[in-house]
Amino acid sequence: MKARLLALALVLATATVWCQTSDPTPLRFHDTTEETRFRALVTELRCVMCQNQSLADSNAQIAHDLRREVLTLMRKGRTDAQIRDYLVARYGEFVLYKPRVEGKTWLLWFGPALLLLAGGFVVARVVRRHAGNEALPSDDAQEW
Amino acid sequence: MRWLPLAMFAGLAVLLAAGVWLSRKPDRDALPSPLIGKPAPAFSLPVLHEPGRLVSLGDLKGAAFVLNVWGSWCPSCRDEHAVITRFAESKRVRVVGYNWKDDHADALRWLEQFGNPYWVVVADEDSRYALDWGIYGAPETFLVDANGIIRWKHVGALTDDVIQDQLLPALAQSEQPR
Repeated sequence: MKARLLALALVLATATVWCQTSDPTPLRFHDTTEETRFRALVTELRCVMCQNQSLADSNAQIAHDLRREVLTLMRKGRTDAQIRDYLVARYGEFVLYKPRVEGKTWLLWFGPALLLLAGGFVVARVVRRHAGNEALPSDDAQEW
Repeated sequence: MRWLPLAMFAGLAVLLAAGVWLSRKPDRDALPSPLIGKPAPAFSLPVLHEPGRLVSLGDLKGAAFVLNVWGSWCPSCRDEHAVITRFAESKRVRVVGYNWKDDHADALRWLEQFGNPYWVVVADEDSRYALDWGIYGAPETFLVDANGIIRWKHVGALTDDVIQDQLLPALAQSEQPR
């Protein structure tokens, strides 16, 4: 039991270490336009290691590498779309915080609208059913 | 109509249960690699034990090989080491080590201490090809077939079960004449 707890503690400790290595060489930008574009781009990309963080927020080593790569690609004159494609080709659709509209993501994009429609339909039916037999309770003593 | 709330509750319960069921796998965080079924990215890297000699993807083609990404800084790689050693010693397929972002001396010391199961170890100290391979942590393991197509990938430490249930069948399948 004790050994297992210790093992768990160790695993948890290493897990935190993974996400908290600090960057020895921060990125330098030529100008603010470049910096703004870079920030906008990395905010909508997901870190593949610490999966609930964006590339901009994550301190994982791989996030540093990917940020550096994004900046390098920007300086090579690639467009935002090309950079996104570059990362998707290597790490999959998962790196996009905003998945593209396609067959696989159709339900993700339009599911909520479908649910809303279904809900609206049910409400409409209930309202219509009760519309005929009016009779609001005239009992003033009733508080609700 | 009375049953509507109950039906909706049951529907939600099923949805949540399905979510829990789908996330039951221990490696649910592992991303499916988009590279599977695609040609392995080219690389040319120095051999860890002979820094002057370069090994490229072309040198490895002709027969299937397993590429195991590791680093002496990686705790899970130590857990995996016994498993990968057993597998490599079975001589079923070449196991190539991909020493990632490691200090040269540390890597050599690590192999000396725990044993070197690899057919050859290539060293990518500056992570030049890791992005192309979609590597995001160590250990990761790829199966590349004789034509240089990536057939299978595992993120995290290999276990005997993973090798038995996934890697060996994928290898057998990749060797079938098409």
